Amino acid sequence: MSSLKKSFNIRSRDFIHAGEASITVQQLLKQMRIDPALIRRIAICGYEGEMNVVMHGGDGLYRVEINSDRIVLEISDQGPGIPDIAKAMEKGFSTASDEHREMGFGAGMGLPNMDKNADEMFIESVPGSRTRVRMLFLCKGTK
Amino acid sequence: MELSKLAEILEASFFNGKDRSDIEIDRAGASDLMSDILAALSERGVLLTGLTTIQAVKTAVISGVTAIVFVRNKKPDPDVVALAEMHGIPLLSTPCSMFVSCGRLFDAGLTGLDGAR
Ligand SMILES: Nc1ncnc2c1ncn2[C@@H]1O[C@H](COP(=O)(O)OP(=O)(O)OP(=O)(O)O)[C@@H](O)[C@H]1O
Ligand SMILES: [Mg+2]
Repeated sequence: MSSLKKSFNIRSRDFIHAGEASITVQQLLKQMRIDPALIRRIAICGYEGEMNVVMHGGDGLYRVEINSDRIVLEISDQGPGIPDIAKAMEKGFSTASDEHREMGFGAGMGLPNMDKNADEMFIESVPGSRTRVRMLFLCKGTK
Repeated sequence: MELSKLAEILEASFFNGKDRSDIEIDRAGASDLMSDILAALSERGVLLTGLTTIQAVKTAVISGVTAIVFVRNKKPDPDVVALAEMHGIPLLSTPCSMFVSCGRLFDAGLTGLDGAR
């Protein structure tokens, strides 16, 4: 199977459309008859990532590359970046506003949950400039 | 138990999906934190929440939650109901509080999303 690539724009502070990329890809993967447990992990990572861009980041991009042996998900945005990635990865750490909390976000569980669900995750961030989260999913792996 | 039974226990009414009230539910999760729901296993599970936002429905779609019950008579906007219907997720509303809803469902034999009792 050759690789299939899709990309979607994510708009900062657009809570109405947030999550659409993840739901669209979830449906696509279902049509492709990918293992449901794997689809679920990819959907959760994508959605948490999209919400982070909407809440904390600037405008961004959701990109997925589907191969027969691996799926790569990349969520990037144009700032303001993460000053301390180790801290951001801690369970419960959050800089979410009261407005975000009223909507049910800001538990500080998004990044830890993405890390748990991806086979591998890499975060790159330039404070004041941009953030990129790359996640790898192995299609035959068990996790 | 069937969703219709759960609705009876909680004296809940349907906004949509009443025609699918025979779907089986055996777990429940109660939270207003979306990341909590996303961190749990949600198949055959119902989500009890006080949040009637579009993101509550999207969280259910992503995590595989079968149905959502809004506590304390909270009512979702029509666009929220439309999105849930599009994804085949019944939305219900109960006059019960979160505490009483959980108590009644626990009593009736449901487990937590992780299967614990
Ligand atoms: N794309 C991003 N740009 C800038 N900061 C980010 C980005 N993603 C995450 N962060 C920072 O990392 C923190 C932790 O993120 P995480 O997703 O774990 O929790 P949260 O988004 O605050 O809450 P939750 O995900 O539980 O709703 C955020 O509060 C924010 O400070
Ligand atoms: Mg987050």
